[in-house]
Amino acid sequence: MQNELHTVRLTINGKQFERDVEPRTLLSDFLRHEIGLTGTHVGCEHGVCGACTILYDDQPVRSCLMLAVQASGHAITTVEGLAKDLKELHPLQQAFWESHGLQCGFCTPGFLMTLVAFLDTNPNPSENQIRAAISGNLCRCTGYQNIVKAVQLAAEQMRAGAA
Amino acid sequence: MKPAPFEYLAPDSLEEAVSLAAQHGDHAKLLAGGQSLIPAMNFRVVQPAMLIDLNRVTELRYIRQSEGGALAIGSMTTQHELEIDGLVPDRVPLLSEALPHIAHPQIRNRGTLGGSLVHADPAAELPVIALACGARLKARSLEGERWIEIGDFFQGMFMTDLAPEEILVEVVLPPMPAGTGWSFMEASRRRGDYAMMGVAALLRLNGEGVCTSARLVYLNAGDGPVDARDASASLLGSKPTAATFEEAASIASQKEIDPFGNIHATVDFQRHLAHVLTRRALEQASGRAQRSKAN
Repeated sequence: MQNELHTVRLTINGKQFERDVEPRTLLSDFLRHEIGLTGTHVGCEHGVCGACTILYDDQPVRSCLMLAVQASGHAITTVEGLAKDLKELHPLQQAFWESHGLQCGFCTPGFLMTLVAFLDTNPNPSENQIRAAISGNLCRCTGYQNIVKAVQLAAEQMRAGAA
Repeated sequence: MKPAPFEYLAPDSLEEAVSLAAQHGDHAKLLAGGQSLIPAMNFRVVQPAMLIDLNRVTELRYIRQSEGGALAIGSMTTQHELEIDGLVPDRVPLLSEALPHIAHPQIRNRGTLGGSLVHADPAAELPVIALACGARLKARSLEGERWIEIGDFFQGMFMTDLAPEEILVEVVLPPMPAGTGWSFMEASRRRGDYAMMGVAALLRLNGEGVCTSARLVYLNAGDGPVDARDASASLLGSKPTAATFEEAASIASQKEIDPFGNIHATVDFQRHLAHVLTRRALEQASGRAQRSKAN
């Protein structure tokens, strides 16, 4: 029977959710429409722009290339899960702000999720390593320079914070 | 940009998956990493009535040593898992060199070795690496196991020897013989884009420094990975020099590849790239072969 609903039970930003979904519902659309977390953006729906990048079991992946049904039993982090609370941004978000690493902001959640994972395993990256890490995220506004600066600033702050 | 409706099954075991493939193979697609299949479904260029998701079949994710020092890799092993595993650069450095060129890290976190081989995109890196290394593929169906030599596997653009009721379960990569040098190079407009041209080169030198075996395999050069037999044969029996590399590069780029051209590169430019990349790759492979002999 086509389009029979499947029950999905998953964790998003630390909270448990249970919903019934069609198999064809993309994870990106599920997060935005079913759960109301619209920070994850949809740009190309074929995996090249990176705007939909989220963390899936701590790994950055394209949510437009996953089905919501696949995520049952898994843990997802979206951009809404980065800041501790409304008063304190994640150091990476703070660095993007201070370095003017965003203009329209459409690509930004995808960059943040990619970079959070990257900085976790590369706390002291070179510029080349940063540019390689963000090669899967497209930005039409900034020309990438200030994004790179934001990452360098964030890396420095996070190393200092960890010390 | 949303998929058409379909049924979805997610078996927990290989046995269950094989049984489902037997029942539904004619109207179902197997879902591996989904990094090629789901975009196609989002565009609706492909509309399977059913998806059999292999991501819960954990027994298909492994990297193990096999007899004779070969590497046996479960088909659902992700490209990222291959990038971080210690056995891979040791046994099959050609694979390690190619992996970072595949798309982007986010894609490699989901994309699988088996999925890429079965998808058989002529522009993909893994089919080229598998062919260059002489991989052996193991397929399972209700009938049992079938071993496929990589030379017989690719049958055309997006077409392989795999039957609809078969599942690719393992890829075996033989160890590189002593004295072998390797190189993988590709040229793309931006980092992570599909390459306009790419080549995997393997070169083996004997004790006197004479080339006793060579392999040159190209991507985006035809309707599947292109094995330039004449070009590699031209290297045999002599010591590698700039002149022999130039000769091999000429033969491969002018006579053996059949690129189609695309929005990023004309056919002429693809041939030009093939020529330059072949020369560079052979230089690198030759240097590595010599260092490998010295060790």
